[in-house]
Amino acid sequence: MENIPTSENDGFLMNNIFLAFYLALKEIIRNRGRFLLVSLVIALITLLVLFIAALGEGLATANRQYVGNLNAELIVFLEKSDYIIASSRLDTNTERTVRRVDGVADVGPIYTSSTEIVSLEEPLKVSLLGVEAGRPGMPPLIEGRDFRGGSARETVIDRGVALRSGIKVGDTIEIRSTQGTEDEFFRLTVVGMVEGQSYFFQPTLFVPPATWELIRPQSEADLNSDTAYPNILAVKLMDPNQVEIMAQRLTSNVKNIEVTDIETTINNIPGYSAQQGTVQTQGFFTLLIGVLVIGGFFQIQILQKVPQIGVLKAIGSSNGVVGWAAVIQIIVVTAIGVAIGGVFTYLFSLGLPPTIPFVFNGTRSLIAIALLLFIGPLGGMVSIIYAVRIEPLKALRLG
Amino acid sequence: MNSIALEVKDLVKTFALDGTTINAVDNVSFQVHSGEFIALVGPSGSGKTTMLSILAALLSPTSGQVLIDGQDLSQMNEKRRVKLRREKIGFTFQSNNLIPFLTAQENVEFMLRLNGQADKAGRMRSAEILARLGLSDRLHNLPAQLSGGQQQRVAIARALIHNPAVVLADEPTASLDTERAFQVVETFAKLVHENNRAGIMVTHDLRMCQYVDRVLQMQDGKLVRVVDTKAEIMELAQGTMKH
Repeated sequence: MENIPTSENDGFLMNNIFLAFYLALKEIIRNRGRFLLVSLVIALITLLVLFIAALGEGLATANRQYVGNLNAELIVFLEKSDYIIASSRLDTNTERTVRRVDGVADVGPIYTSSTEIVSLEEPLKVSLLGVEAGRPGMPPLIEGRDFRGGSARETVIDRGVALRSGIKVGDTIEIRSTQGTEDEFFRLTVVGMVEGQSYFFQPTLFVPPATWELIRPQSEADLNSDTAYPNILAVKLMDPNQVEIMAQRLTSNVKNIEVTDIETTINNIPGYSAQQGTVQTQGFFTLLIGVLVIGGFFQIQILQKVPQIGVLKAIGSSNGVVGWAAVIQIIVVTAIGVAIGGVFTYLFSLGLPPTIPFVFNGTRSLIAIALLLFIGPLGGMVSIIYAVRIEPLKALRLG
Repeated sequence: MNSIALEVKDLVKTFALDGTTINAVDNVSFQVHSGEFIALVGPSGSGKTTMLSILAALLSPTSGQVLIDGQDLSQMNEKRRVKLRREKIGFTFQSNNLIPFLTAQENVEFMLRLNGQADKAGRMRSAEILARLGLSDRLHNLPAQLSGGQQQRVAIARALIHNPAVVLADEPTASLDTERAFQVVETFAKLVHENNRAGIMVTHDLRMCQYVDRVLQMQDGKLVRVVDTKAEIMELAQGTMKH
């Protein structure tokens, strides 16, 4: 058998790629109406996939944002609380004991509850977190100052609260808290603002621990005690790379605790994993439908083009030209569809109220876009293989 | 005498169908010289399209040799055969001849693009050949905007633009009315002669043979008759030849 010299092969390859682009783009331009319709179908699939991805990201963010942004590497829970924040209630001495363990840089107690701001036209439900200023658990300020210690009637608010209510630093807000069976109202001065601190689907109010104990909703039994018990401790390590070693050290040195990292804490937020699993399954099936729709379209198109591909091959076009032309066409049509779908989703997101957790610029949206660009060629794979295998004899009625 | 552009030696092609072996081409030999236009005729199932497929390097023979411009098809791998089709062979088909999303001129130029010759001179040549075929006002029309005859003329231009050694035509008049069919074959013959190419036309319409230099008649895969005098060819074309 004869072989084609390498330099000739290189030139041939370049010419093939150029021809593939030429054929693919000419066909798209000359049949732009038909291809635009396919792109619009892909755009609708993109809208659906991105909407689910952005909603998933928004839900995840609204649920975990505070924990995810903690300035700490480890979280200390009460033993057997299964890393569930609401189930954990630590002894007041635990913080001091943890602080003394070798390798611990700082410890901050975190007290969790929820309340309602009533000094607004529409009451706003918020997470009420007790933290110590300057300790792990207190986010960095973007405006104003930290609250004072003790039982100061001061609060630092999450920007999410400000966006939804119009509350500013310097304002006084009133919250409603059920104490036993009675509603009580407390006034707090907003002294500072932080951002990105949503917890359990609600924007957050930060107050000092003593204030938290005073104003949090309490049962009749709780009213007899004025001691605040932290739910968890945020632990900052001297060496952030020693997470596993320090978790073991803390567990063996401190009684009645269990220790884990931030990721596990997030995954154990009640409902978080189930919710994310549901959203991801929806996204997966939408992508699967996308693959089938795109695959089906291109397969029908290739079947219609069998004689044309036969002629192309009979007059001397290689399988490479035919195959690459199909690949390029699928990529271009998919890319246009994804771009249109992306713009649709962005415009759509502008019209959504802030109460709907929708994060379009998140990692998931980028992953979804990458996957959408990939599903075009994946869906068209069968048609590409089919195109390459078409016999040129089809042009001569013998195939 | 011009050089031999195509040589067929002891060609055999068999197919297996339901356990039976069919001799589609049965020990056929002939030569075609440059500047010669021949017709391959015969009834349906006589093996003429199989023969054309082998000559076009689309089908491998069971045995025998086909040499195009001195190159033996049986010694070539698929890559070489594609290259040979691109460089040495021009083709027109019965239907679906043209790429539907390319204009008439782009269809012709596509052969030049395949051969890396789509430069300014090539583009001018494609416009000239289309003009010679009476399509100067149809250069930028898509195939769907052309009549059947015009489409066949574009296909002829495409088959000749890259100066192939051999030009093959598979029933080029099958989808045309009689007047258009005669025009197309006459033009084809003229261009084959002028450009000194070897032309082979498969046809079942004997009337079209009046424009060729030789007629090869096939039956049951065998070459049963060669008609090579002008008088005999005209008799065959007019249906007055005695069998």
